[in-house]
Amino acid sequence: MMPIGHYLFLSLALFLIGTIGVITRRNVIIVLMSIELILNAVNINLVAFSRIFGDVAGQVFALFIIADAAAEAAVGLGIIIAFFRNRETILADEMDLLKW
Amino acid sequence: MSPALQGLLAFLQTWWVELVCGVVIVAVVPLIAGYVVLMERKLMADMQARLGPMRVGPHGLLQPIADAVKLLIKEDLIPEDADQFVFWLAPVVSMTAALTAMGAIYFGPSFHVARDINVGLLFVLGVSSLGLFGIVLGGWASNSHYSIIGAIRSTAQLVSYETAAGLALVSGVLLAGTLRIHAIVDAQKTDGVWYIFLAPIAFFIYVVASIAETNRAPFDLPEAESELVAGYMTEYSGFRWALYFLGEYANMIVVGSVATTLFLGGWLRPFPNVHWLNFLDLLPPLMVTAVGAYSISRAGKQPVRVQKQFMWGVGLACFAVALILAVPLLPGPLRILLPGLHGAFWFLLKVTGYIYLFMWLRFTLPRYRFDQLMHLGWYILIPLAIVNVFAVGIAMVLQSEYHWNRWIALVITTFVTLASALFLLHLHDKRVEAASTASPATTDSYAG
Amino acid sequence: MLDSIIFYFFASVAILSAALMVTRRNAIHSAIFLITTLLATAGIFLQLRAEFIFIAQIILYVGGIMVLFVFVIMLVRLDVALHQIQFAKQKWVSLIVALVLFMQVTVMLWASRRLPGAGLPEAAPVDKLQPNSEALAHSLFGAYLLPFEIASVLLLVAMVGAVVMAKKRTEPK
Repeated sequence: MMPIGHYLFLSLALFLIGTIGVITRRNVIIVLMSIELILNAVNINLVAFSRIFGDVAGQVFALFIIADAAAEAAVGLGIIIAFFRNRETILADEMDLLKW
Repeated sequence: MSPALQGLLAFLQTWWVELVCGVVIVAVVPLIAGYVVLMERKLMADMQARLGPMRVGPHGLLQPIADAVKLLIKEDLIPEDADQFVFWLAPVVSMTAALTAMGAIYFGPSFHVARDINVGLLFVLGVSSLGLFGIVLGGWASNSHYSIIGAIRSTAQLVSYETAAGLALVSGVLLAGTLRIHAIVDAQKTDGVWYIFLAPIAFFIYVVASIAETNRAPFDLPEAESELVAGYMTEYSGFRWALYFLGEYANMIVVGSVATTLFLGGWLRPFPNVHWLNFLDLLPPLMVTAVGAYSISRAGKQPVRVQKQFMWGVGLACFAVALILAVPLLPGPLRILLPGLHGAFWFLLKVTGYIYLFMWLRFTLPRYRFDQLMHLGWYILIPLAIVNVFAVGIAMVLQSEYHWNRWIALVITTFVTLASALFLLHLHDKRVEAASTASPATTDSYAG
Repeated sequence: MLDSIIFYFFASVAILSAALMVTRRNAIHSAIFLITTLLATAGIFLQLRAEFIFIAQIILYVGGIMVLFVFVIMLVRLDVALHQIQFAKQKWVSLIVALVLFMQVTVMLWASRRLPGAGLPEAAPVDKLQPNSEALAHSLFGAYLLPFEIASVLLLVAMVGAVVMAKKRTEPK
């Protein structure tokens, strides 16, 4: 077990890379993948603290986050497919139907 | 000595057995897979009343070597506009997943790579399911229509039957009470019975699901030659194709090992805990001696002299193996080798029997159409597997809380499951019949 | 020492593949690098002795979610998107903000080592969480049974929703 700071640092780095991906990429599929990366970073944090305090609740929470990420990815990809079928684009900049 | 060197020596001291087994697996499994291919061709020939490969080496025994050399010296073709990185990566992923899954399996009580993983069975299941990335990425990277359609079909099939296989394994894990592979076989030893007799429906579901998992006939639509050329493997030639092929046969060995561990008693002999049947321990050397004697008895009837010599060689080799298996039976210092050697023999025998079942089904059953395949996976196997998990759970509760006899509880729940499954199938058939006679509309199976 | 080698190896693979993932032009390459990131994260879980989460990550995330992603990437036409601008107009702002946040938290972590009192906590003995699957199962089917059932309903809803969203609308003739 490394000192907890190492795991927090790793989790922070992955979280920030994921956030950069969400904000700067135009391809919505890569945006969704960056969201998965953010959820993963949170998982590392949870499991590291669960190991520090010897409480299994952190791992239970991480398991629920994994299940939730699966559900969200499925619905998000369904939305992307439906959108692509109608507008033939996957770039976030071009999905501007609500702009006036 | 520097602490790094000391650490390295300490590491080697604790883990040298596992490292040697790992090297053996990576070096030997491709060779074994090659000989499994030869075994399949010979068996196919036998069931089709012909001889199979006979030219290369005595009775075709050097055929895998010839095939390997041919594939290695073939020209390496990469399709135009194919993604080079992914094209290279896909067969590597396929083979790596199958070999890594072998890392957690105990091929006998002392031959293993990973020492008793806490989630052993799940590890094998999860890592072997990573092989489907090799399929889908390979199909996509080939930049060809047949490849993509074959890859998507194959991936859909694998994902569907993975669920059924996992649920079937859950029943076995419920009976064993643990996910650790060594402990599962020990539980079968304590209970004195292989779990196939306690959960036969689960074994049946796992057999069907594992045939679909490894893309074997009758579920081999994605790679059948008369269908999409060769599916996702169309554009792969030479050694890349060999990696895919070896990955498929290594996967067969993995699913055979999982079924053997969980349902067929792993490395235990039949009736493992029954003391008055201890004479069954003599079976391994007796069986090998019988094979050797048969080989020598047929040696006289061979037409060519080199074939006569070959049969004599096989016979003598069998006698040598029988001697190695029989020596630990004698009381003496070598007796500690008994569980290891005999365990490995029983394990390999059972896995070979399982693979023989795969091959037998390949040579006799016609291929499933893709929509029939999906229907079988989702509509029939998964509900049956879920009901089976319920049944085994209820039987376990009856045994532990209400103190029924384990056998009675399991037999009753098995019969109830089978009866309900057959009844539901009957209802479904009646409904399909009524629907088809009511509206004679043309149903397009590939639409939607 | 083996512990720290394993941690540094998996951590560097995770960060490197994450950085590669958000910068690739080809979405399939991004997906492959996300797969390696997820596998490295699973390695970190294994190093933390959380074996069930390790295998759940591999089976669910890599074997399930990433297959879904790769399928959708194959269904969506990529050749048009490959030749366009990949990054949105706000890339420099987001990079600066991320860097500032990173430095803030790093300084905070570094400074907490010299705090009076406990600072950052020390690790609990490892066998409080072993055997891992059994401890997790006791927790899931004991204290956290209600969230477990709600999660199964959530997955059912997501499954139905995804099928409805992605189904082709067959026009009535």
